[in-house]
Amino acid sequence: MSMRRKYLAFAIGICLFSGSASAQSTIDHFGVGRNATTDEMAKYFSIPPSGAGLPPGSGTAKAGAAIFANTCAACHGDKLQGNPAKGIGGDRLIGGRGTLASKTPVKTVESYWPYATTLFDYIKRAMPFDSPGSLKDDEVYSLVAYILSEAKVIKPSETMDAKTLPKVEMPNRDGFVPDPRPELQLYR
Amino acid sequence: MNSDDKVVYDDKARHMAEQMVMAEQRHIAQRLQEDCDCKDGMFPRHVISSRRGFLFAAGSLVGAAGAASIARAESPKAPPGAVLYDVPDDPTKVQGRPVADESYGTRSQFETEVRMRYPTPNENTSWSLTPLGKGLGNITPSGLHFERHHGGIPTIDPARHNLLIHGMVDRPMTFSMADIKRLPSVTRKHFIECSGNGLTEWNKPTMKTVQGTHGLLSTSEWTGVQFATFARETGLKEGAAWVLAEGADAAVMTRSIPMEKMLKDALIVYGQNGEAIRPEQGYPLRLLLPGYEGNTHIKWLRRLQVSDKPFMTREETSKYTDLLGDGKARIFTLDMEAKSVITFPSGDMKLPGPGFYNITGLAWTGRGRVQSVDVSLDSGKTWYPARLESVPEPMCTVRFSFPWMWDGKAAVLQSRCIDETGYVQPTLKQLIAIRGDNGPFGSVYHLNAIQSWAVSAAGDVTNVHA
Ligand code: HEC
Repeated sequence: MSMRRKYLAFAIGICLFSGSASAQSTIDHFGVGRNATTDEMAKYFSIPPSGAGLPPGSGTAKAGAAIFANTCAACHGDKLQGNPAKGIGGDRLIGGRGTLASKTPVKTVESYWPYATTLFDYIKRAMPFDSPGSLKDDEVYSLVAYILSEAKVIKPSETMDAKTLPKVEMPNRDGFVPDPRPELQLYR
Repeated sequence: MNSDDKVVYDDKARHMAEQMVMAEQRHIAQRLQEDCDCKDGMFPRHVISSRRGFLFAAGSLVGAAGAASIARAESPKAPPGAVLYDVPDDPTKVQGRPVADESYGTRSQFETEVRMRYPTPNENTSWSLTPLGKGLGNITPSGLHFERHHGGIPTIDPARHNLLIHGMVDRPMTFSMADIKRLPSVTRKHFIECSGNGLTEWNKPTMKTVQGTHGLLSTSEWTGVQFATFARETGLKEGAAWVLAEGADAAVMTRSIPMEKMLKDALIVYGQNGEAIRPEQGYPLRLLLPGYEGNTHIKWLRRLQVSDKPFMTREETSKYTDLLGDGKARIFTLDMEAKSVITFPSGDMKLPGPGFYNITGLAWTGRGRVQSVDVSLDSGKTWYPARLESVPEPMCTVRFSFPWMWDGKAAVLQSRCIDETGYVQPTLKQLIAIRGDNGPFGSVYHLNAIQSWAVSAAGDVTNVHA
């Protein structure tokens, strides 16, 4: 509490409650809520580009191909080409390199995503769409390896784990610029 | 070799706008069938002339869905949110309905406005638009607030819902809903606009109605606790610069928010328009970031993780980034810039004849208060100041109006918002000159251009690029 606020609270106290012993000054901390336990914090994850928080485990494209065929292909296509059918609407996951500056850019994991860590985070978090959060960490690593290998971002032989994943260089890694708005061109 | 060399433009995106047009046509057909002729005063187009003819035309356009809505016209049904009662010839000659013991209340059976869903293939990752055409004042009725969900609407028991705040804090803490409601609260009116609002309008006027062109905008009075209050409970570590917000829905939606914003005016809200926020709006708890793009206002908020860097989640990289004509994409384009739209008269309405009309619409800005609004009747050649119907509040819509004596000649109506920073709402031409002409496939988001409605000599109002 700053000196000024302390003084103010004190002054208000004097004005309202002068003569009363029960004057209450401004409250800064409410004592509401409880300390979070390590266990409850451990339930959650969000993986930044540094890879901090990536779980133990690993996966390969070979293992990922089988999982993808069983749990993802119905919605994303057996060639990762997407499935726009009614009730499905799974995004296309690969292709589109070289299209970003065209009139009909194709934005996929391969052509657009700047970080491979995002792919791990998102699949673990939200896929498969109809059963989110059901994959084991090894399965997520394998699916990431499979998608990146089909996208020719990594070699089919590469293993994905907490060490290798953050090192993957995505093709569009440098494709992003900060928000320049308000746009200077509008002031003329 | 994958499909790099021969780029097949994916069907999903290609048919996006077409599907939207179809959905709007179904919606219009439904609305016309529900509207009675006595409401010519609101001038939905076609109601006045050959209403039956249009219904059949619309039916043939939209196929089975249109035909079904015509069939239903025979047996009247209460619109969503209303109950159908007999209408006496003279309400003063019979008793009305008794006061119910325990009731919630419904809207009038004569009010038919509903949200319209964008026809994404998957209904669980979709959005619905607010019917702005008949909106009154600034506040959007909670049941008409636009929606955008990426994994459906979860059902959450507030007794089991907590907010965890951890990461670069001195004391990681968990707050129950009861805890949160014990904290000092604030109540503020703010708009939320999806940055995808108007995405169909980049390269040609696509949607017919203002609901279609601007319906991802809604305004509510929100009640909750400032993030700053929580920050003082947990403490913030040196170097804390971003906060990840996470939702408890099936998408487990996450966005990274700059600490500067969190400590400026971020609210953790549980109240909307005087009651608990609606399930579609994040019941029991959501993040409210005044003036930021809608996706960042994480619904069903369960966790805030303080960090030194952004997390680069899927929603802030793959989506909600703005791909420019040169192939570079803007990231963290969080502010919603000054914008306005005339809601009456607007697309698909009809003016019955020359005479007086009170042009009205909404203006808003994510950068503070609306300073002023101008209206043009000649496609932007000359501008006149509009009247503001209330005192502008920060990051809140304001309704404006402009008294217009229509001479019966063709006109193009526009409005433009000037915000308190002096920023003037741009034209679409200006935006395209800066961002490129790859919309709506590259440049999807943040279209805040001036909207044009053409009024023909016959009084028909249509969406045009002028
Ligand atoms: C029931 C259909 C369905 C299944 C099964 C499914 N997905 Fe998805 N997937 C979707 C939908 C729908 C989206 C878009 C979600 C949204 O709109 O936010 C999506 C999005 C994605 C994305 C993000 C794409 C982008 O460009 O942003 C990735 C990556 C992905 N899915 C991977 C997977 C993987 C890996 C599996 C298998 C474990 C899987 N999906 C299973 C429907 C599905």
